[in-house]
Amino acid sequence: MRLEKRPEPSRAWMVATPVLAVILTMIAGGVMFALLGKDPFVAIRTIFWDPLFNEQFAAYSRPQLLVKAAPLILIAIGLSLGFRAGVWNIGAEGQYIIGAICGAAVGLAFYPADLFIVFPLMVLAGALGGFLWAMIPGLLRVRFGTNEILVSLLLVYVAEQLVASMALGPLRNPEGGGFPGSRNLQQYSAASNGELIAGTGMHWGVVAAFISVIFAYILLNRHLTGFHIRLAGQSPRAARFGGVNPGRLVLFCMGVSGALAGLAGMFEVSGPAGQIGIDFNVGYGFTAIIVAFLGRLHPVGILLAGLLMALTYIGGELAQFMLGLPSASIQAFQGMLLFFLLAVDMLTNFRVRIGRGAKI
Amino acid sequence: MNDTGPLLAIDGVTKAYPGVVANDNVSFTIHPGKIHALLGENGAGKSTLVKMIYGLVRPDSGAMLMHGAPFAPASPSAARTAGVAMVFQHFSLFDALDVAENISLGMEHPPPRRTLAERIREVSEAYGLPLDPTRRVGDLSAGERQRIEIVRCLLQDPKLLIMDEPTSVLTPQEVEILFRTLRQLAAEGTSILYISHKLEEIRTLCDGATILRLGRVVAECIPAERSAGDLAEMMVGQTLKAPEHAGGSAGEVVLSVTGLSLDPTHAFGTRLRDVSFQVRAGEVLGIGGVAGNGQDELLAALSGETLAPIGAITVNGRDIGTSGPTARREIGVLTAPEERLGHAAAPDMSLTENAMLTGYQRKGLAKNGFLDWRRARSFAEEIIKTYDVRTPGPGKAARALSGGNLQKFVIGREILQEPLVLAVNQPTWGVDASAAAAIRQALLDLAGRGAAVVVISQDLDELMEISDRFSALNEGRLSPSRPTHDLSVEDIGLMLGGAHDMEVAHVSG
Amino acid sequence: MNLSAIDPVLLIASLMVAATPIILAAIGELVVEKSGVLNLGVEGMMITGAICGFGVAVESGSPVLGFALAAIGGAVLAMLFGLLTQVLLSNQVATGLALTLFGLGISALIGQSYRGISPPATTRLDMGPLSDLPVIGRILFSHDWMVYFALALVAVVWAFLKFTRGGLILRAVGENHEAAHALGYKVVRIRLMAIAFGGACAGLGGAYISLVRVPQWTDGMTAGAGWIALAIVVFASWRAGRVLLGAYLFGGITVLQLNLQAAGVPVPVEVLSMSPYLITIAVLVLMTSGRRGNSAPAMLGRLFHASS
Repeated sequence: MRLEKRPEPSRAWMVATPVLAVILTMIAGGVMFALLGKDPFVAIRTIFWDPLFNEQFAAYSRPQLLVKAAPLILIAIGLSLGFRAGVWNIGAEGQYIIGAICGAAVGLAFYPADLFIVFPLMVLAGALGGFLWAMIPGLLRVRFGTNEILVSLLLVYVAEQLVASMALGPLRNPEGGGFPGSRNLQQYSAASNGELIAGTGMHWGVVAAFISVIFAYILLNRHLTGFHIRLAGQSPRAARFGGVNPGRLVLFCMGVSGALAGLAGMFEVSGPAGQIGIDFNVGYGFTAIIVAFLGRLHPVGILLAGLLMALTYIGGELAQFMLGLPSASIQAFQGMLLFFLLAVDMLTNFRVRIGRGAKI
Repeated sequence: MNDTGPLLAIDGVTKAYPGVVANDNVSFTIHPGKIHALLGENGAGKSTLVKMIYGLVRPDSGAMLMHGAPFAPASPSAARTAGVAMVFQHFSLFDALDVAENISLGMEHPPPRRTLAERIREVSEAYGLPLDPTRRVGDLSAGERQRIEIVRCLLQDPKLLIMDEPTSVLTPQEVEILFRTLRQLAAEGTSILYISHKLEEIRTLCDGATILRLGRVVAECIPAERSAGDLAEMMVGQTLKAPEHAGGSAGEVVLSVTGLSLDPTHAFGTRLRDVSFQVRAGEVLGIGGVAGNGQDELLAALSGETLAPIGAITVNGRDIGTSGPTARREIGVLTAPEERLGHAAAPDMSLTENAMLTGYQRKGLAKNGFLDWRRARSFAEEIIKTYDVRTPGPGKAARALSGGNLQKFVIGREILQEPLVLAVNQPTWGVDASAAAAIRQALLDLAGRGAAVVVISQDLDELMEISDRFSALNEGRLSPSRPTHDLSVEDIGLMLGGAHDMEVAHVSG
Repeated sequence: MNLSAIDPVLLIASLMVAATPIILAAIGELVVEKSGVLNLGVEGMMITGAICGFGVAVESGSPVLGFALAAIGGAVLAMLFGLLTQVLLSNQVATGLALTLFGLGISALIGQSYRGISPPATTRLDMGPLSDLPVIGRILFSHDWMVYFALALVAVVWAFLKFTRGGLILRAVGENHEAAHALGYKVVRIRLMAIAFGGACAGLGGAYISLVRVPQWTDGMTAGAGWIALAIVVFASWRAGRVLLGAYLFGGITVLQLNLQAAGVPVPVEVLSMSPYLITIAVLVLMTSGRRGNSAPAMLGRLFHASS
């Protein structure tokens, strides 16, 4: 087998590769489920079909889809800007945690005042927290040339320790009987990010996710900054020649992705999660990396990929409950998806030729 | 080696890549102790042919014979074992390793390091190519780096030495010394396959020549018996007329560079030292020099990719050295760097997007940061039409274009923005002759309309043809300029730094 | 607080144990990066090695067999990375991340049935009278054999890179793959070998955590050791000897903070727990800011596709 570079990237494959990757993952996942002693067809159906269309589960699962997809989309949109520009923020999990801590802290500071301003302030605090946490690797890269991949990732472990100390210390619920964890924000209406339309799972985080998709689409396609982001990722020297300031671009990408991850954390802590706990974070920041690539770093693609990935979470829970499928198998399944995606990705830029048939 | 049969016979070799036949039924022979030229334009198929002889590429059909026996090297190592050695055009060297390590990597059975270092000293002495085996290659000049390649070949006592465009990094004086070395080698019985598109060199050096055009052999001749004009016509397939000067007189000083000194921006870059020059409206300043003497750094200083101290670069008396590329474009200072793909243009982006790359300010393609893709597209179409860029349309990716067409696009993109100052680096490097002629004419026309034009080039013939004044860049220093019309090749060579420290070969035979 | 409970001899001895997984993973990654490949999947290969080694050691009762299978497990996962990045030309950063995410998932999956089990003990190397030496014997000559294996591996890699032709070729490929290809070296094949070696080393490092250092199985138990190993390669400026220094520095901080926690210093436990990561970041910044001309292999992370 040989690969031949295409004169131009193939648009057809650009759309087709994620679909192909999903199909291949289903096949390989099926094999994995079979090895675990489960019927692969039932397992796949339970994960991908039942949450949406099985009468018994759909009422619960459908709203969950938006609830789970919102943080993934919000974070992935931010990450995709950086990934396109060659800025590798892989510490979104940490920024998500810090956003949640900041948002919750501001909310709890006002407790129990019932003021309209509390929630907007929490939103600002969440975004700012994530932004500042992401600025650490951003500034270190710009100022000292330190690798942002390693720094942003290492800061996740720091953030995890921080959230634990918050849950045990300053933010602990004074009326919680000494148990770790903050007050439940869902029970504090001024700070609560409740369902906007009953039974849909729609909360402010979902709204923010949709807005971020539109924002990213316009930025990338219509605005000079988005053009420069794409340029810097594809061809850094050409970008410099075109007048891009690389340092400023790094800070922009890190800042936006950090702020969006922080927002996601804030909406989560004030909504679905309700409180800051020791193990508040569940890995959205890492899964969002898969979402970003699965969506081909394209805003609309990320929207779809986020929904699909949310489905694997919900379906995975369902399969765990119904079939006793271990929860870790879903994590492996998601990792596999990213593998297959990367493996078939080359079809957009290369032609595959079998044998030595070199005649044109 | 006293048999009269050919050392290497190429017989009907064909090699095709998707969309292009690189070699079509090519045949020729090289005799022992002869210097044979392979002459052709860029894209004529010379590189593919030598890659086959060196075992990097395998022919689709046809045969090669060495001393009458079938010769089909499966790898460069097999070719080296058979006595073939090659000096690459783009050096096959490793910057972070030292000279001895580099040489060792290109040998089949390298001796232990200490012995190797001794042999390197011996050979480099004997052929007048001084080298220190312990130096780090990244710190050496282009000429020194070429010596490493040559010494690496000589250490293996090759029967056939392939040299791919070896003189593009040498001053005229260094070329003279190289030729003496090559003649000495030939006299010792080594055959040399000499690849070039420089006609005068081939006329003075080579015993025979095979001329390739679009992958086919179009002629065989003894170059000394033909005029350069004949050879050019065979190579290009048509007669090209020299570009015409508009003949206007130079106006006021537009671009002025004063005492510009800059540290290199990357590990193996060149330091610019006290560079000063002025260019007037309607004038073309040619800056010559051997590769790696500060050309890229000078262009980056003019484009704004590296910033200069205040006052070092002014346009119409106004400081521009402290502004970035965007601000300079607004003033009218435009540039085109050497590397087309990845620097002057983004390879995977469409021509429309590449038109946007440098054109958005002067062509009004953006408002408040929002981009007008329709206007960008029509700007791209205008470039394509005006400069005869062969492409199906502006939606095509830049990397899909041939070198010549992309270069016409890149230069055209800047010229159509009607700059006050245009600085270009290697405007016709790797470009076919007709595109090169078109680009040179376009630059002259721009100067004729009153722009100040700076052409940085390693092609001295090109600079003689289009520039009014000439300066030489040598180790980051720029010589004072001199009018082009009263310069001889000798003068230019001396301005470029002469023979540096190369010496004539010590031993003969 | 009782600082006198910290025994310096024991501290240094346990530092050598704490550093061993990092040494193994970092020396493997160093070879990979020297060949011009950036494999960010160290964490994933370590955790896979941890569970492979643990499972096999428990089932067979032989830690040696466990380590061997851990090396193979790490190498297999690494070859997946190799296939994707070298043959299918995928982005190295993304593929490395995929390796980590996948490794964490698959190891948790395999590890379900191994929670709460103790592995067979890895034997101490009997050094006879050397182990009885005061202080020195305790610090240097009373460890299990993997500690010495890791040290020997560093020495072997150092000598390989510096003195052998294989090492020279590996470095050449990492400096300029186009030139290496033009000279006839098989860039992809050489890199695949380096990647497999790196995976095997990471697997060994992971198994050392699950079989010796902890020793038991918990999900995600490598806790960032793979990322720290990556940071230590940068800290070491791609030199084998300095990997040792970096790993001991890191091991020292880890052990010290654990001892301080145990001694009950009036600093929150979380602050002590995050200190190794913070200090790693600080060291990274120091190392990268000092010199502008960096010593990273020139082709690090770049795609290679032979056009001819």
